[in-house]
Amino acid sequence: MQTHSAKRVEILIEAPLELRLTDALEAAGIKGFSVLPVLGGAGRSGRWSREGQVGRTGMVAIICVIRPERLDTLLEAAFAVVKPHIGMVSIGDVQVLRAERF
Amino acid sequence: MGELLSLAGQNLLTPMILSFALGLFAAIARSELSVPEAAAKMMSIYLLFAIGFKGGVAVAGHGLDEHLIAAMLGGIALSFLIPLLAFGLLRAMTRLSPLDAAAVAAHYGSISIVTFVTASTVLSAQGIASEGYMVAVAAAMEAPAIVSAIWLAARSGGRTGQVQMDARLWHEILLNGSIVLLVGAFLIGAVTGEAGLARIDAFVVAPFQGVLCLFLLDMGIVAGRGLRTARKVISLGVLSFGIMMPILGATLGLGVALLIGLSAGGAALMMTLAASASYIAVPAAMRVALPAANPSISLTLALGITFPFNLTFGIPAYTAVAQALIGE
Repeated sequence: MQTHSAKRVEILIEAPLELRLTDALEAAGIKGFSVLPVLGGAGRSGRWSREGQVGRTGMVAIICVIRPERLDTLLEAAFAVVKPHIGMVSIGDVQVLRAERF
Repeated sequence: MGELLSLAGQNLLTPMILSFALGLFAAIARSELSVPEAAAKMMSIYLLFAIGFKGGVAVAGHGLDEHLIAAMLGGIALSFLIPLLAFGLLRAMTRLSPLDAAAVAAHYGSISIVTFVTASTVLSAQGIASEGYMVAVAAAMEAPAIVSAIWLAARSGGRTGQVQMDARLWHEILLNGSIVLLVGAFLIGAVTGEAGLARIDAFVVAPFQGVLCLFLLDMGIVAGRGLRTARKVISLGVLSFGIMMPILGATLGLGVALLIGLSAGGAALMMTLAASASYIAVPAAMRVALPAANPSISLTLALGITFPFNLTFGIPAYTAVAQALIGE
């Protein structure tokens, strides 16, 4: 089966920033993404867990799969929101089946 | 003094406060007891609707008086001023940076609606009347503290990028879900009055205290988990602040209540509002407005120290003091 190269960008960000980030992505023409809850983890500030979080705190993961040539546009839009905040941005090479969808 | 302690003791031994203590114990003892997140959210929606609606019905029954405007202005003034006091205390008592101190101060100037709901229920259970419009005062006290905190952070030399405030954040603060629900239910209660209450009282009155017990059980678990991690982020000075600040806030609240001429129940609620610290609306706002501030300090303080203090000792003490000074 034929596959096509794409970039998978995963952005972990504080939950209150979710809408700001997804709006920025849409404004930059990134129409497809998924938002996942993050249950907990550990980082520079130590261990944390979603348990005991009240309100819109905690973290969410926003995942986009895009054509490689759109990567810079996405990163510029995302970084304008993400830069001062706790979180992580990672980029990976993936293969997708239906290139016209990305 | 003996009578004061006896009153405080009576207020402490209620199913709500004891449910909270159970949750606190379960979390500290690392029991697997937990309340599903969706159930806790549903209960908070129910409690906000019920307390807002009943407040509105009370206003419809007794009408508005000049005390309403005075109480709203007093509450707003408290919310603006308490962060200044909190910031000064934190800078004197702890080694927190100005940015962290400003973020913590915002939490203490704003209010905890769960603490307010608990205090209202404790008063009702004791047969102590309070002004129905205190619900509206609670809603008005949510946001001003955020302005004070941002001013404090900017004044203390917040670098570019450390203080971020825009129209969208204001929209999120002023129209956050709990404020919309509380004020909306208050208006529905005020419009429909006793007739409206008669139609839904089986839903908003009878189950209220039982639901509050379960909700406080969950809050006890949440607070207990906060306490377990407290020693990693909280120094002795910060811990002392978490106990001292609600007492100072309650004292200011009492002063405002006496000035306005609130009833004993209204004064106890004003003290509770001034003593409580936000852990829902303000944390989210601070993450956007002051991203460089450490969120674990303010959340642990508000939720792990001040919230349990207010529920177990604060509310009974505020009620007893208000009754002793103002009478029934």
